[in-house]
Amino acid sequence: MKQTTRPPDPRPVRAPAAAPPRDSGAGTRRRPPSAQWAAWAFLAPVTLYLVLFYAYPLYRNIDLSLRHYTVRSFVQGDAPFTGIENYLTVFDDPTFAPALLHTVVFTAVCLVFQYAIGLALAVFFHQHFRLSATLRALFLVPWLLPLIVSASTWSWMLNSDSGVVNAFLNAFGIGPVNWLTSPDWSLASVIIANIWIGVPFNLVVLYSGLQSIPAGLYEAAALDGANAWQRFWRITVPLLRPVSAITLLLGLVYTLKVFDIIWIMTRGGPADSSTTFATWSYQLGFGNLLPAFGPGAAVGNLLVIAALVFGLIYVRAQRKQALS
Amino acid sequence: MNRAISRTWWKTAVGLLLTGIMLFPVYWMVNVSLTPEQDMRKSPPDLLPLHGTLEGYRTVLDEQLPYLGTSLVVGLGTVALTVALSAPAGYALAKLRPRGAGVLNFVLLAAQMIPGIVMAMGFYAIYLSLGLLQSVPGLIIADSTLAVPFGVLIFTAFMSGIPGELLQAAKTDGAGPLRTFWSVVLPMSRNAVVTVSLFAFLWSWSDFVFAGTLVNGGAHEPITLGIYHYIGNNNQEWNAIMATAVVASVPAAVILVLAQRYIAAGVTAGAVKD
Repeated sequence: MKQTTRPPDPRPVRAPAAAPPRDSGAGTRRRPPSAQWAAWAFLAPVTLYLVLFYAYPLYRNIDLSLRHYTVRSFVQGDAPFTGIENYLTVFDDPTFAPALLHTVVFTAVCLVFQYAIGLALAVFFHQHFRLSATLRALFLVPWLLPLIVSASTWSWMLNSDSGVVNAFLNAFGIGPVNWLTSPDWSLASVIIANIWIGVPFNLVVLYSGLQSIPAGLYEAAALDGANAWQRFWRITVPLLRPVSAITLLLGLVYTLKVFDIIWIMTRGGPADSSTTFATWSYQLGFGNLLPAFGPGAAVGNLLVIAALVFGLIYVRAQRKQALS
Repeated sequence: MNRAISRTWWKTAVGLLLTGIMLFPVYWMVNVSLTPEQDMRKSPPDLLPLHGTLEGYRTVLDEQLPYLGTSLVVGLGTVALTVALSAPAGYALAKLRPRGAGVLNFVLLAAQMIPGIVMAMGFYAIYLSLGLLQSVPGLIIADSTLAVPFGVLIFTAFMSGIPGELLQAAKTDGAGPLRTFWSVVLPMSRNAVVTVSLFAFLWSWSDFVFAGTLVNGGAHEPITLGIYHYIGNNNQEWNAIMATAVVASVPAAVILVLAQRYIAAGVTAGAVKD
């Protein structure tokens, strides 16, 4: 969930890959020590890499958040240790409450719509019809596009004067709506764009979940006189629950950290009306002439804690599913 | 069979309609990229590029080629680094059963959940002291963090499927672990290499957070920053901006058309429980 919800994160489909790989089966007896050496020789590069390029940046980030930095001391590296002062600054900041609210609203609304639309589409595409495989593949496009491409396209589509969305609404006598320039609409605008990006991920994962439900169940239910609606609620929904839980949890983790879309479309504005923790952290650290690295890092770390909490819940859900 | 298909034609129609709605922004990007300057602010906008122009694309050729070149170099570098790190790790996790593998798997999983913006800030602080800011190798390393955990998971899942007898046979023939990996396991994992490479390239090509923090204002900026500067300069040539966006989408399109089965392989390797 890309990021952002990479792509997200673009990134969406890579997320499910997070499933813990199964052991290759067969014997469980330990290998002799020489085999252990060989195994760790193969793992050494990636282990070193994780320490240098994951653990160390994270450590630097924590360190940043515990010191009082100015531009000068940032370069020279002699900033005084101030403990949790940066965190207190952040909590007292007038931006804190709105940023928290926007993060919660953004994440919740995106998740609900991405999941609902993704599930509806997965069920629809599951009833194989002519072209269904091709069309389903085309649905991946929003997820594969670079986020800057999606974000700038949506920016122009939502432009107040020349955007196609307002032209469309105008045909029905509505508007014009100042999507990106009015504080009332900016959050809704970035939510709409992010839902568009996140739907493919939900579609792909839920579709693969549907495929694992035995077709015989539906046939038996149909013979017993269950209509399509009942079959959906009595078979699809309960049997899809584990996959749904994992989709939603990963969606949550990845939507929390969405940054690109919001920053490119609104920069968190106008007047902080679409600021989330991710954009606020960037704003503090890089967005001003006088960077506030300490508070910026502190906001980022709050985000890490939130992501890891839900990440742990995800790992537990994943384990439970693997056992069942 | 024919009757069944003719009974589902309306589903195809609905499917086409839904796909059309979903892909409308993509169409609109192409449409705007072909719109002449003077029609850009027309109300209502032209739905079809009937008076299409390639002006926007000429601007891309004039101004954006260096950015595209940087993105290509960074993308290829990220692919090389990611495969070199994650293929051996996948082999060890899948076939050599090292002690502590569970911990490593957990760390890889957690690593994917760290927000990019937090990583970017940490990298910024480190690169500042190392003098690696605004350097291409620095960006390659940062971008590879987007793909390495995914790469390890894909390689592990894929290599678990290689029959143990084969590795045993190689061992009987006197091949050590390194030779077995290089001459047996790696050639058999071609699909996994392609999958990981495709995604590593795509993510690095699409990266905006690391580019914006680590190489912003430098001599070598990737295409995502090229577009960002266009927008940031309050540029009103939206046909040029959208033309750049279309060009920046080419790798995604290529992957979708040529490598769709590898995408499916990548998704199912991880998403579907065995």
